[in-house]
Amino acid sequence: MGVVHGQEMVLNIGPQHPSTHGVLRLQVKTDGEIISEIKPFIGYLHRCFEKHCENVTYEQVIPFTDRCDYLASMANNFGYVVAMEELMEIKVPERVEYIRVIMAELQRIASHLLALGTFGLDVGAFTPFLYMFRDRERILDMFEMTCGARLLYNYMWVGGLSHDLPIGFVESAFRFLDYFEPKIEEYNNILTYNKIFIERTADVGVMPADVAISYGVSGPNLRGSGVKWDIRKDEPYSIYDRFDFDVPVGIGEKGNLGDCWDRFNVRLTEMGESIKILRQALTQIPKNGDVHQTIPKKIRPPKGSIYKRTETPRGDLGFYIISDGSPIPNRLKMRSPAFTALSVLDEIGRGWMLSDVIAILGSLDIVLGEIDR
Amino acid sequence: MDLLGFIIILVKVLVVFAATMLTVLVMIYLERRVSAFMQGRLGPNRVGPQGLLQPIADGIKFMMKEDIVPAGADKPIFILAPAILLIPALMTFAVIPFGSDITLFGRQIPLQVADVNVGILYVLALTSIGVYGIVLAGWSSNSKYSLLGGLRSSAQLISYELAMGLAVVSIILLSGSLKLNDIVADQQGYLFSWNVFKQPLAFIIFLVAVYAETNRLPFDLSEAEQELVGGYHTEYSSIKFAMFFMAEYANMITAAALTVTLFFGGWDFPLVDESSLGILGTVLSVCSFILKMGFFLFLFIWVRWTFPRFRYDQLMKLGWKVMLPLALFNIFITAGYLTVRALV
Amino acid sequence: MPLSLLFYFAALIAVGSAILVVLNRNAVYSAIFLVLCFFSLAMIYLLLEAYFLAVLEIFIYAGAIMVLFLFVVMLLNLGREKALPHFMKFQRALSLMLVILFFFGVSLIMVVGSGELHQPTIKFSSGSVYALGEALFTKFLLPFEVASLLLLVALIGTVYLAKRKI
Repeated sequence: MGVVHGQEMVLNIGPQHPSTHGVLRLQVKTDGEIISEIKPFIGYLHRCFEKHCENVTYEQVIPFTDRCDYLASMANNFGYVVAMEELMEIKVPERVEYIRVIMAELQRIASHLLALGTFGLDVGAFTPFLYMFRDRERILDMFEMTCGARLLYNYMWVGGLSHDLPIGFVESAFRFLDYFEPKIEEYNNILTYNKIFIERTADVGVMPADVAISYGVSGPNLRGSGVKWDIRKDEPYSIYDRFDFDVPVGIGEKGNLGDCWDRFNVRLTEMGESIKILRQALTQIPKNGDVHQTIPKKIRPPKGSIYKRTETPRGDLGFYIISDGSPIPNRLKMRSPAFTALSVLDEIGRGWMLSDVIAILGSLDIVLGEIDR
Repeated sequence: MDLLGFIIILVKVLVVFAATMLTVLVMIYLERRVSAFMQGRLGPNRVGPQGLLQPIADGIKFMMKEDIVPAGADKPIFILAPAILLIPALMTFAVIPFGSDITLFGRQIPLQVADVNVGILYVLALTSIGVYGIVLAGWSSNSKYSLLGGLRSSAQLISYELAMGLAVVSIILLSGSLKLNDIVADQQGYLFSWNVFKQPLAFIIFLVAVYAETNRLPFDLSEAEQELVGGYHTEYSSIKFAMFFMAEYANMITAAALTVTLFFGGWDFPLVDESSLGILGTVLSVCSFILKMGFFLFLFIWVRWTFPRFRYDQLMKLGWKVMLPLALFNIFITAGYLTVRALV
Repeated sequence: MPLSLLFYFAALIAVGSAILVVLNRNAVYSAIFLVLCFFSLAMIYLLLEAYFLAVLEIFIYAGAIMVLFLFVVMLLNLGREKALPHFMKFQRALSLMLVILFFFGVSLIMVVGSGELHQPTIKFSSGSVYALGEALFTKFLLPFEVASLLLLVALIGTVYLAKRKI
């Protein structure tokens, strides 16, 4: 019997589209609603950051890292300063390490909240999005309390921090954790275990572990495929080896391993693990210490290069820095987790329907600022 | 037809039309306000007390906006489409009885614009016309998103019309009439004589189908903004867009009124015989109708801001593979029960 | 008589829109005019007090069948300017002959069998649904069942044609 084939239609999604999470253009070939090919076009947010970095001093690079993954600036700062400190062999005070971990984990929660909220929005659930924004707001308030900025912090400096924690921060952080912990249950009720949400995400956009690894996907997306890989655990940097926490992985609870639901659930569970780390860090943090103590007067790393990766909310963020001994980096390259996550979209999104592609894109949690840089 | 009768009908038409349009305005306000409360926001509260004049401000804004007809659009159909959608939406309310009979000027006046013999079919027929508005809007816009939205919604409306119609059939079997008045009269008396208690399955099917018919979440695939930007009304602006907007709410109002009429005793206030109370009974019946309708309108908002959206094929699957067999099963059971009862 | 005026009004629209269905070069417009034609037919039914038929005319023809037609026309995307090619040279002559034949046939019935046409065998009006139902399930049971069988066969055929794997 002859197979009925419709005409293929080329549909441009973006760059100005409600759910491309920034200025991304997807050129999809559709047969009716079935997608046969997805071609992402990037570069709409390209701001030549890596080239910029070759023309400014090492401390001036930090604001650029802020603006790459603008939803997790702290984590980006963290990655850069950890790499720089290793290159310059600086040992920062205990208190600084603790504050950095606290900030990074708060940022992880904030970033995941936004990722989960917008993912809910992509499949049509509006209210969870605003609930998550409500809670993210409190984290941003705490950041504002600390360094005055709410989105782009420029907080972590090479060898220290821009400000010490303000008075009352630890208490307010504890208050937030007490408030936030039960909220995860609320999200589960309204979104994670909603029948329609499961229908929409389970078994959709399955990314098997080998595909994920061969594309270089990292972070929650990789863990959603069942690979237990977290740099905080496997290649501990800073003081992450001191904390007791789990690395949640997808187990294919609602469908095949590595589907959108798994990726969603990994992020949600990870917030709980971040709360664990935060509680430990907030109790162990040394009461005093000068956060400016080890900041070098002049940042002039020795000749050489370093590649250091850290675990941001989106995955392995690697900084490759080549130093020629001058105060200006010779070359600075970022290995962006969102970029690799986007590259896998065509592989796992083919054959699904238009609505699924939007859901898959949402589940990959890309940030265009980091992809284009 | 005498002059007084003509005037009475004219007044009824005007009252029902004005009430529908007013409810549309109130619904637009409530949708934003209630959703805001559900999401921990404030919602519109600047225009007038508590933001009550917001819909009027919206209306003025809609009229002032530039009316854009995209190049390459099929102009006559592009202009016609919103009207095709809005007019049936406003016409449907004509057959719905919204209160018990009232005696004025020495004559009994039924509180219903037209007591059509085949009232329920009239409603179904008009809802099936509305789909033209969506399909034509999607096609004439000459945009891919619009076309996809139009196709989605027409397929959706056709499939859910069936389930809805079959759910209604079981009600018709019970009341033995296509007249909405008879269906309401059939549910008079105590609380459990309402059809929702006799036909719970039909009620659930009908309710779900109604959400699909009115293009509301979780079935608002035709205008899924995350996928299709605006769906069939992506290219519309100004007053034409407002007409789509109004049609959606008018459809919701009719759907709520129909749900009340078919399953919740219409204007019936339980345990009270409205006709014996005179004018007071009429007021009571109208109030009870409005209250019940208000609940279902609220339910529309509530559901919209709670659930995610279905996928196109899941929606179809639900319609054809779950709702339709269930509705048929329900008819089978109902007819069997009625036959057995007639025999015994 | 205002009612007969209404009838002429409806009839005029019916005929006019039917002609436009044929004359229009854009298939979507043709479909819309066909819907309009159905509406005016429904109006004529209403004037005959056949409410049930009138509603069914809208419900089934305008509401369901024509939507599918429109669907197909839109999907095939027959160009707005493109006229359909003439398949056969003698098409026009053939259609003209058929029209004349049909016209004479109808006229013949009207002339010869006048009087009978104005007497409907089933009294529509108040109990029309009952009357129709009873006629369908007693007198015309066999044709009714045969029609449903025919529809079923068509349905299976469609599924077989459209489904990629069964």
